Amino acid sequence: MQILIYGLINSITLSLFALGFTLVYSISRIPNFAHGAIYVTTGYLTWLFMNLLNLNYFLSCVLSILLSCIISALIYRLVLIRIRGMDISEVIATYAVGLAIIEGLRWGGLRGSTYTLPPIIAGSLEIFGVIVDYQRLIAVAISLVTFLFLYFFVKFTKTGLALKGIAQDERASMMLGINSDKMAVISFIVGSIITGISAILIFPLGNIVVEAGYNVLIFSIAVSIIGGLGSWGGAVIASFIIGFVQILTEVFISSHFQIVVALLAIIVTLLLKPSGLFGKQKELEERV
Amino acid sequence: MQMKRKERVDRGIKVRTEGIYAISSWREILYLVFPRAILIFGLLSLPIIFELAPYWKRVINIMCVYAIIAISFDFLANILGLVCLGGGLFVGVGGYFSAILNSYFNFPIYLSIPLASISGSVFCTLLILPCLRLRGVYFAIITLIYPLFFTRVIEALNILGGTNGITGLDSFPNQFVENYLIIFILLVVLFGLRRLINEDIGLVMRAVKDNDQSVRASGINVTYIKTLAVFIASFIGCLSGAYLAHLYMWAGLSLFALDFSIIPIAAVTIGGGGSLVGAVIGSLIIVPLSEFLRFFGTFRIVIYSVILVLFLTLKSEGILVYLTRKYQQFERWISV
Repeated sequence: MQILIYGLINSITLSLFALGFTLVYSISRIPNFAHGAIYVTTGYLTWLFMNLLNLNYFLSCVLSILLSCIISALIYRLVLIRIRGMDISEVIATYAVGLAIIEGLRWGGLRGSTYTLPPIIAGSLEIFGVIVDYQRLIAVAISLVTFLFLYFFVKFTKTGLALKGIAQDERASMMLGINSDKMAVISFIVGSIITGISAILIFPLGNIVVEAGYNVLIFSIAVSIIGGLGSWGGAVIASFIIGFVQILTEVFISSHFQIVVALLAIIVTLLLKPSGLFGKQKELEERV
Repeated sequence: MQMKRKERVDRGIKVRTEGIYAISSWREILYLVFPRAILIFGLLSLPIIFELAPYWKRVINIMCVYAIIAISFDFLANILGLVCLGGGLFVGVGGYFSAILNSYFNFPIYLSIPLASISGSVFCTLLILPCLRLRGVYFAIITLIYPLFFTRVIEALNILGGTNGITGLDSFPNQFVENYLIIFILLVVLFGLRRLINEDIGLVMRAVKDNDQSVRASGINVTYIKTLAVFIASFIGCLSGAYLAHLYMWAGLSLFALDFSIIPIAAVTIGGGGSLVGAVIGSLIIVPLSEFLRFFGTFRIVIYSVILVLFLTLKSEGILVYLTRKYQQFERWISV
């Protein structure tokens, strides 16, 4: 029962930040390796706003998400727009930017265990004999709400439909007057909002550490590769797989192996079925 | 209004030296030999210049190691079109194999380095073989994941010395051997590969990068060519890894570190890709720079990344391509 409940919670929070990664990829075709950096930045900014400027919790959350949106929009406008379409330069550039942010934060003093975000509501609850703290429940609730918002945003707003169009067929939607660069910026912003929300929800469960940036990146890549790069439904299902596997390895083997399992999953998926479980990008597989 | 634009024209001497007539005058021979001679004698004289600074002699070794890894990255990325972000994989596998051979089986150093390079590169090739059919980002991701995977496996299983690594490896007999061995390897690798890519097989490799389907249609086995190239690149990488392990007398998890992936890439981007010499020039710039920046601690990674991004976005051709153009061509204004 414990495995089931914690696996479920873990999977839902996992799918939140993995969705940020896969959303950006599916719309702009840019593997955003600066994803983990945005995650850590949002958490750290929230801490800064709360502790240095003594702002209200919700205000500082909103402000930090806003700032991280601006950062990721700037990453696109200043760097990525010049090298769009060159796969490798994109990977290297986003990776370098992410590295710069993460290591810059580490240098800037984000070390040790002094940085913690408060939970929204402290305390815990017993469900079916398993003790779950409120923070995890709230995380699940907010994640679900975010999914719903995302669903309606993509389904029923003009911008959302444009995003979907770009993701499905870039050329055709450009012919219909959708600005590809603008949509890519929007995808970066939406991606960083989702990432920021997940950072604010997940960081209270532990300390804000820069290593989280790397782990989040690895797990996001694992989830989106297993689900098929660019496939949103696939990402959600894959995060359930990874989430349960994570909990199972933690319970039955040891928590050291969590990341080993994720990495192994990436390798095995890429070797056996590179387009992922639900990927549609068969053209990326080479026929040789 | 009189419009003007810039035109680039090949220098006369460049055109004359392209053919067999290069031997017709000393000036033309000098034009051809000068850049190569500067590189060779410059590298060979580095340990002598820094004779009085033993610390910087160590830096020369590290610089050559990075240059070799950068050459292997450049070879795979710009000649064959496979972007391998796993420089750390080659270095780590080479280093650990060499450490196992030297420490557990007591092989002497002159056997353990070559054996580790060969066995390590076979191992790396076998690992990469199944992902050869992947393309672009997918190949980059999987090669990036491999070194991380090995780090975590060694850490979690606590094998091969765990986080402490394998210590007590044999060192080189003296600093002269240490310096000149790696410089010699660097020169051999550089000019050997430049020779190779101008041979027939090199032509095929460049064709694989441009259009693999047409290579396949010509009845050439693309997988074989790719495997061969990966083997060569991983051999070079493992060789430098084995050297590094013996230089430090230690093989540890930091051999799998991302440094060996990111710094060579930065070197190639700065130096200019595709010519292999650019990789060397890039490392000549970036590794000493990193020693100067050691004072800043982890902040130097930020500086690298910023330099890398700036070069990538603003000056993506790199230094060497720019210099070559200046050496071979001149510019003039013409009216349109």
